[in-house]
Parts: sequence; structure tokens; C-alpha cells
Amino acid sequence: MLSIKNLQVKLEDEDKQILKGVDLEIEAGKVHAIMGPNGSGKSTLSYVLSGKDGYEVTGGSAELEGVDLLEMEPEERAAAGLFLAFQYPVEIPGVGNMTFLRTAVNAQRKARGEEEMSAAEFLKVIRAKAKDLKIDADMLKRPVNMGFSGGEKKRNEILQMAMLEPKMCILDETDSGLDVDAMKLVAEGVNALRSEGRGFLLITHYQRLLDHIKPDVVHIMADGRIIKTGGPELALEVETNGYADILAEVA
Amino acid sequence: MAEAAAKTDPTEAMIAALDMPAATWAKPAREDALARLRTMGLPQRRDEYWKYTRPDTLTQVNAPKAAVLVTDEAPMFDGVDRLRIVFVDGVFDADASDDLSLEGITIERLAAADSDLHWAKNLYGVLETRGQTPVERPLAALNTAFATDGVLIHVTGKPSKPVNLFYQHKSETSDAILHHCIKVDAGAEVTILENGPAAARFNKVMEVEVGDGASFHHIRAQGRDHERRAVTHIFTRLGSESEFRSFTMTVNGQLTRNDCIIELTGDDAIANVAGACVGDGDFHHDDTIFITHDAVNCKSRQVFKKVLRNGATGVFQGKILVKAGAQKTDGYQISQSLLLDGDSQFLAKPELEIYADDVACSHGSTSGAIDEDALFYLRSRGIPTGEATDLLTLAFLAEAVDEIAHEDLRADMTARLGAWLVRHRS
Repeated sequence: MLSIKNLQVKLEDEDKQILKGVDLEIEAGKVHAIMGPNGSGKSTLSYVLSGKDGYEVTGGSAELEGVDLLEMEPEERAAAGLFLAFQYPVEIPGVGNMTFLRTAVNAQRKARGEEEMSAAEFLKVIRAKAKDLKIDADMLKRPVNMGFSGGEKKRNEILQMAMLEPKMCILDETDSGLDVDAMKLVAEGVNALRSEGRGFLLITHYQRLLDHIKPDVVHIMADGRIIKTGGPELALEVETNGYADILAEVA
Repeated sequence: MAEAAAKTDPTEAMIAALDMPAATWAKPAREDALARLRTMGLPQRRDEYWKYTRPDTLTQVNAPKAAVLVTDEAPMFDGVDRLRIVFVDGVFDADASDDLSLEGITIERLAAADSDLHWAKNLYGVLETRGQTPVERPLAALNTAFATDGVLIHVTGKPSKPVNLFYQHKSETSDAILHHCIKVDAGAEVTILENGPAAARFNKVMEVEVGDGASFHHIRAQGRDHERRAVTHIFTRLGSESEFRSFTMTVNGQLTRNDCIIELTGDDAIANVAGACVGDGDFHHDDTIFITHDAVNCKSRQVFKKVLRNGATGVFQGKILVKAGAQKTDGYQISQSLLLDGDSQFLAKPELEIYADDVACSHGSTSGAIDEDALFYLRSRGIPTGEATDLLTLAFLAEAVDEIAHEDLRADMTARLGAWLVRHRS
């Protein structure tokens, strides 16, 4: 599904190489997790894949179902089925959450040549999905992420994911700033979306999230490269021993 | 000799080119205004209040030509049940207008009101004169002296529908001067709707006396024809526990100068003035507000938002003057611009002058571009750049549009602003 080969990325304004050759293959139906120390390039990878400004790809490729992601605008990547749950969801005053989501759903449908969702149908679907995530009517009406708590913002990200039904979901530190109950809600939301046709990439510092969302594959990223890949047990190893052993082993 | 003077003095040249309408009850007020105009002289670039807006095209003898826009977009307020009064290039159109009779209100044309004891004698030019201090407004004095027509509205009750002044523009060279007087009796209520491009050049004054416990709502749409020029003044005086609300939407216009002069003279009164404008290219829009608090426990609120692109200019000059004794004043002022590119500019001069010690006044002015993080967030969800920019732009304008109390009109204004943004996408 998502195929990343030798991806090299530097900051646009600085001569600083962040990704130094990332290789990653995520198959449909699988959940991959990337762990790694601060500054290893995990978030950069998520931003580059979703098309944020400020980065320059200096080598390698990233394809979603054989389509070159790096040539596309962010909105085209979204319509192609890529979704990034932000580490820090952006507050947008004046734009209602519901208006935002309906505009997004229909923009993607339009881009794919599908029929737009009617207001009534949209309302029915979003109400059901919001209920599962314990998002009340008030949160749907409020401007996007305005006045939301950390947990509410992350749940709102998962709601967007549920409404947009992407093929490939990247979750960037979705567990940060969540208490145990909120984490469970978010994990349930993610688990409900797991399906044969959908791939997941979880970026996280901690094993904690992986207790709730069981990964198929775990990668360790350091200094702009994936240095080790294994099963769920790798995450437990990190939890117990930290990154030092793995870093030493590779070096 | 007189001719030679007229050539060198733009004020005399302008006066010589205009005819004062035939003598009626308004004659003393017109002559007084003419004398004041002569003393003040027409505005010039070096005048403090014309620093950011060039008055030249408003003060030259002949109006610059303005193309008449042909559009199939329905005029604003078409869906509203209203009493419509139509002026074409500043000339009253009886056939296109509704019957002027409505319960709770009397409406007359200025040009037709010839009774010597007319109630408007106590209003015509009176609030305009008061509004000349401390800041001179010569184009308003010119209007009082030479206005060819207008409406005199006396509100005695609560009329069942709003009055709509609809200004059509059909001639490329029309130069219109209209003067309206509106007296809202104690406890009475009225909503005035104004729309249309009016003329190639339009000078309009509206004097509004709001009685104790009365309410005056004003919603205006200045739009469409881009080449037009307009200078408008609203002078209002508020009685105790009264309410004045005015909202203006402006789309297009090479030059629009909207002055609003509000005097809160009765305790516990509320004044709310707001505006949203969108401009492209050689668009120039100037909101100049002066609010005087001269009574206890009054509230005033100014909310102005401007979206500017492709070299457009926005100006905001807003002042709150709190006189000694106007305790418990609550004054709020915000003016903001969204610059969609680096060529546009916003010039703001917020002022507070306070002579009472128990007041809460705040003002803020900002100028900025589209929030890149918000834009990326929307795009990452599949919303194309143009649509995402429009969403954020409408959200920026919403704070001003939300000042309109009528929900349907709010939605209609938002839709029109949205349509304009789509038409003017880069």
C-alpha cells in the first residue's frame, strides 16, 4: 500500500538533512509502528508524506498504491487516500467543525469523481460516528478544535479519519497529552477502522499506545533512518531498556 | 473676477457648478450649510482626516465616469418583505417604488415636502452641524446645502416591515446627492435597508434621531459596480435606553468613504456599528467612525473587517471620545484586515480620548495574512487551496457579519461574500 524507498529529506531553509534514506513497506490491512528518540525524524516523515511546506526531498520515493505521493498537492494526497492525524491539531476560529468536515468529505468525493454526500446523509453518518467517540453535538458545532481539550482534539482527529475513510492512516503521536480513558477511546476508534484494505502507521514515543492498538510490525527510527524492524516484542524491549541498547547494537 | 476665483478655488468651483433646490422650510439650513462649507473649504490631502484617502475625485467638479455593471445576480434584500423606495442615479423613481404608506411610519420625499412647519426642520442639517465638531466634514455640509432629494422618515410605532432604499446606477456620469432624515420616536422601532451602487459619484447623508427607548437597525450593502465613488455620512444621536445598530457590507468600489458619527446623549444607550468589505485591485475603502459618550452607562461597539487583495487599500479611523461624567462607559473597537497578498495595504488609526474615570474601553487593530498552519490542515483533509482559503477568509469576516441581528440576512451576506471570493480567486 505505502511504499517508501530510500527517502531523503532536508529542511528547505537550512542545510540540515533530516531523513537519510528511509525504507518502509506497509501492506494493506497491517498496522506498523515507528518508535524512536526525539529528533530521529519521525514527525518529519509524516509531514513530508502529507505534503507540508518547508521540506525538500533530495532523494528516494514514496508511493501510495503505486502513485507517486511526492509530486502531489496535499489535497490530492488526501483524495488519493492518505490521512495524517496531527500531533498538534490546528485551531481554526470561525470555521464550524461540521462545515469543515462536510466540505472535506465532499471535496474528496468530487476529486475522485464520486457523488457528493447530501446534508441529510452526512448528518446521519457523522452523528453515529461522533457518538462512538463520545463527541457531543456542541463539539460538532464549535469552530474546529477551538476550546477543545487535548483529548477532545485527538478524538476529533479520529472522527475526521472515520468520516474520510482513508486507505492509509498516519497517526503522529496521537497518544501525547492523553489520559488513560481518552487513550482507550482513541484506540477503540482506531481499532474500529482496522480493515483488510487499510494500512496504519503509528508514530509514538511510548509502548503505552501499542497496548491498545496492537501493531503487526514495529520499527525503530534513529538519526533519519530505520535502524531496526521487528514484531510487537521490539516495543516492549524499548519500554524496558530504552533506546540505548538498540542504538549501541546498530552502531 | 468671481470666475477667476472659482478657477483657483476648488470649493468655489464646486459651489458654482451646483444649484441649491428651490426655497422650502429647509432653506435656512441649506444656506447655513453653504456658509459653513465656504468657511471650511472642501477636504484636501493634507487634512488630518484625509491622510489615507485622496479626496480629489470627490471634490473635482465633474464626477469621473463609472461603467455600469451588468449582472444577473439578484439584488440584495430581494427575498425580504419590505417597503421599497427606488432612486435611479439619485432621482426618485415613483413607478419602481412601493406605495409609501405603512402603519407606524410616515415617509415623504425631501423634494416634495413643502410644509413650512415640517418636523424635519428640527433635524435637517442639525445633527450634521453637531457632527462638524471637533472634526470638520465639509462634504456633509455640501450635501446639506445641495441635496436634490432624499426621504424624510418619521417612525411613530413599530412598522411591520423594513424600509429599503434601493439605489440603482444606470448612467456612467451620474453625480447624486441625497439627504435622508429619520426620526424614531420614543419606544418606536425601525429597520432601514440600503443597497445598490447608486451613481458614478454618490454623496449621501443620513441623519438619525433615536428617541428614548427607541431602536434603529440599519443594514447596508454597497456593491457591484467597481468604478463608482461614494462618500456617505451617518449622523446619529441616541436617547436613553435606545439602540442603534448599523452594518455595512462593501464589495468592489474604487473609492468608498463611510463616516459614522454617533452621539450617545441618553443614559443606558447602545450603539453598534460594524462592517465587512472585500476588495481587489484599485479598491479603496475607508471607514471613519467617531463615537461620543456623553451619558452614563452606555455601550458602544465597533467591529470592522477588511479582506484586501491584489493591491487593494483599506482604511480605518475610529475614535471613542468619553466625555467627563460619562461614567460606566463600555467602549469596544476592533479593526482587522486580511491581506491576501503582499501588495495590499491596511491603514488604521484607532483613537481613545477619555475624560471620565470609571470606564472600560478597549481597542485593537491587526493586519495579517492567511494562517499557513490552518491552510495546510484544511488541505491535508482534501480541501483544495482556493476553497480552503475562502473558508478561512469567510471565517475572518464572520466576526463582523455576526453583528447582524437578522439570521437570514446574515446568511445571505455570507453567501454573497463567498461568491465574490470565488469570482476573485487568484
